[in-house]
Amino acid sequence: MEALLSNLALGFSVAFTPEALMYCLIGCLLGTLIGVLPGIGPVATIAMLLPATFTLKPELSLIMLAGIYYGAQYGGSTTAILVNIPGESSSVVTALDGYQMARKGRAGAALGIAALGSFFSGCVATLLLAAAAPPLAEIAFKFGPAEYFSLMTLGLIAAVVLAHGSVIKAIAMILLGLLLGLVGTDVNSGMARFNFSIPELSDGIGFVAVAMGVFGFAEIIKNLEQGEEREIFVNKVGRLLPTMQDIKEAFPAVLRGTGLGSLLGILPGGGAVLASFSAYTFEKKIAKDSSQFGKGDIRGVAAPESANNAAAQTSFIPLLTLGIPPNPVMALMVGAMIIQGIQPGPQVMSEKPQLFWGMIVSMWIGNLMLVILNLPLIGMWIKLLTVPYRLLYPAILVFCCIGVYSLSNSPFDVVVTAVFGMVGYLFVKLDCEPAPLLLGFILGPMMEENLRRAMLLSRGDATTFLTRPLSATLLGISVLLLVVIALPAIRKKREEAFVED
Amino acid sequence: MHLRNPKDFWSGIMFAAIGFAFAVIVKVYDYPMGTASRMGPGYFPFVLGLLLGVLGLVILFKSFVADGERVSALAWRPIVWILGAVIVFGLTVKLIGLALAIIVLVMISAFGGHEFKLKEQLIAGVILSIGSIGVFVYGLKLPFPIWPQFLG
Repeated sequence: MEALLSNLALGFSVAFTPEALMYCLIGCLLGTLIGVLPGIGPVATIAMLLPATFTLKPELSLIMLAGIYYGAQYGGSTTAILVNIPGESSSVVTALDGYQMARKGRAGAALGIAALGSFFSGCVATLLLAAAAPPLAEIAFKFGPAEYFSLMTLGLIAAVVLAHGSVIKAIAMILLGLLLGLVGTDVNSGMARFNFSIPELSDGIGFVAVAMGVFGFAEIIKNLEQGEEREIFVNKVGRLLPTMQDIKEAFPAVLRGTGLGSLLGILPGGGAVLASFSAYTFEKKIAKDSSQFGKGDIRGVAAPESANNAAAQTSFIPLLTLGIPPNPVMALMVGAMIIQGIQPGPQVMSEKPQLFWGMIVSMWIGNLMLVILNLPLIGMWIKLLTVPYRLLYPAILVFCCIGVYSLSNSPFDVVVTAVFGMVGYLFVKLDCEPAPLLLGFILGPMMEENLRRAMLLSRGDATTFLTRPLSATLLGISVLLLVVIALPAIRKKREEAFVED
Repeated sequence: MHLRNPKDFWSGIMFAAIGFAFAVIVKVYDYPMGTASRMGPGYFPFVLGLLLGVLGLVILFKSFVADGERVSALAWRPIVWILGAVIVFGLTVKLIGLALAIIVLVMISAFGGHEFKLKEQLIAGVILSIGSIGVFVYGLKLPFPIWPQFLG
């Protein structure tokens, strides 16, 4: 407890400087600004704004990125409630009841409860993160390459479970991601692979280029294909503060959402999407009167919003303690850390305590800023939503292009992003979910590295993955997961869960 | 030929082609395989490539036994104008400077939309140009040339 307090105090001393507060604020504002744009989720937003943080000190850049993340997520919820276009899958369920509330003239209450619920769950999850990280990092030091390899396998399998649609296609997308991640110079031998004598490719394909192409450009093309059909509730947002009755109804849902979200966020491959889906389903199941769900029940907004924010927070745990990104957003965070010269993993906490605790505290500050800033600013975000898409998408393109070009100040990354825009659009056409690909992409080189080390240590004996107890357990869970989703009954449930998209 | 599940049919072909291509490249370029205890740079990608290839074939095979959705037509208009605008931006920004490149990007990409209003897009381009330069070049100090090279 004392250690926790002194750690948090250290964090506050880093995150409460005027400079850090300012970058946290800029991050929140920029994140919300972009995240509120229809069809742009946190992944594309972070990818787009990443280069803007390159010139900052490591602490400040991560603080700003965390701000961008929360801003983007909150912006996505705003769009989901007001326009019924979820920015990305984690706000899909928010749109179900949030939009119906907006149609009944209670958009303000929906936005308010989303913000307050998120803030509450953010506080809880931040404390949880601060308390759980040090002991988990201790365990992480006991991990050898075999355990890392097995854990990453588990993470990838979990990502399959969460992907929409066909399981086998999701596995194929992971393999494709792993392979694309291997393009470039092999760290062990120094040999350039799959670069076809293109000098830029020997550094590998940029993960920002892949993320922005697949999640940004492909999305724009898809939206333009579908045409413009939006109904926005601008004039009747109503009062933002929920009534006592609202709070009484929503608070238990917020509590349950927070618990469920915190738990699911820790799982590799888990994160905001699973959290919001399960919180919604759970709420619907235990409600005495579930007839109002889907028609504007405040619990249907409170639970998933609290859950996805809690999960967003706790998904930093595997990243900060093990160095393994559990979802594409965290994969982008890894990229940002590596660019700043920080190798994510258990050593960050002991070697760079200011950075570690500063970031954790700034997450809480980011949450606070969203409440005290975004609620009053809501009118401005709504104005943004009334701008027609024909003017919005060129703006999105401009930010994307500036972002990608700044990666290395060369046209190469821009062209690669365009290529992945096309590829991502084909994925959409063929019903291939892109999130597992991105996760595989970032884990590819790490998996290869750990596989090689594990095999070297065991002198080529592959049973090392099964004879080491921790590794065997992790692989066992992976197999179990695969078996479970293959079972007909579960398969049906899973399909039902994603039907609401 | 009548395809029962076109989406899976084409997905299967895509995965199989890419997977086997990776495996073939490892062999053609002769990336060393090494041994199980000392894996060379070719080992992991070769195994993954084969796995993906086989998985692609499985998806392809399954597409013949169950019905599925058709692949809707590709929307070439947004593809060409959006991606084209992006590539033009990448290739010219150093030469013509950020101010002009943003306006060009906005104008070209506008052709990908449903309606094109010259004046409106021009104004949007100018506003975006000024705003972006303010935020990214002056605010966040990204190293972009603002004006065309041949002028300065």
